[in-house]
Amino acid sequence: MESLKIEGTTKTPNVNFDVEKGTLEIKGRSIPENSIEFYKPLVDWLEEYAQAPLSRTEVNVHLEYFNTSSSKCILDVFKKLEAIHKNKYDVQINWYYEEDDEDMLEAGEDYESIIRVPFKMIEIVD
Amino acid sequence: MSFNINEYYTDISKGDILLAYKGSITSELINEVLEAVEDKLQANQEEGKTRKKLYNVLVESLQNLYHHIEETHDGIYEDLDPKFGILVVEREKNGDFKVTTGNFVVSTKTKFLKEKIDKINSLSRDELKDMYKFILNHQKISAKGGGGLGLVDIARKTGKKMIYNFYPYNDKYVFFDLAIQV
Repeated sequence: MESLKIEGTTKTPNVNFDVEKGTLEIKGRSIPENSIEFYKPLVDWLEEYAQAPLSRTEVNVHLEYFNTSSSKCILDVFKKLEAIHKNKYDVQINWYYEEDDEDMLEAGEDYESIIRVPFKMIEIVD
Repeated sequence: MSFNINEYYTDISKGDILLAYKGSITSELINEVLEAVEDKLQANQEEGKTRKKLYNVLVESLQNLYHHIEETHDGIYEDLDPKFGILVVEREKNGDFKVTTGNFVVSTKTKFLKEKIDKINSLSRDELKDMYKFILNHQKISAKGGGGLGLVDIARKTGKKMIYNFYPYNDKYVFFDLAIQV
């Protein structure tokens, strides 16, 4: 399987799944009008990856902003990861939020309460 | 006396205005608005927290308009752009920001909108959190995008009640405006 790389724009994040290391990074802003279209390649890719995942998958989510239409797609991404974790593979989601950004921390906690995957909230201090 | 869109717009854009727009709400317009407001907030050295909240509210408000606005307005005898909407961002005397959006909606949607906003306005912080999580986890995202989370998200982030009006226009349409304090 090849790594997945999607270049970010002002409305969509950088997505980088390094298949050698088992790391997925989602970084930037996620505020497109049509989120389904943007997230489909990643969700499809994860579906395939889930067939034969690495023993450990680490996910770094570092979003500055995301809109509510992305929030459902991000949940879909996490549900794919949850399925991998359920099959006894190690999965870790690191949720980054900027210092004082309580809304972003709370958003991470919302996901943590829905998805059965270990989460780590990481504050970024300037 | 019937509702006049130009008088309304003149009236609403009188305060300490960061940005006022009336016309088509397109994806490009949303980009431009976000960029313009971000630049102004940066220049004013607005506190990071407020800046982020305002940005989020703007994204959700504009995308709500974008997804739900009527494509054309049959029966409105004024020169309206397609996907016509209004956006005003102003700074209030107490330093808070106020984001107002406005659009013509088919009268039959009034009841649905009113009930939805009243419901959200009546909820506590914790209840809003539960509602958000419920919709997030149980409702499928619609072709129109949002899936009903936008207003709940706005209410959660601002912690304020949303203020709305329906101005009678004609048999078919009312003009709906929604004001959000940040």
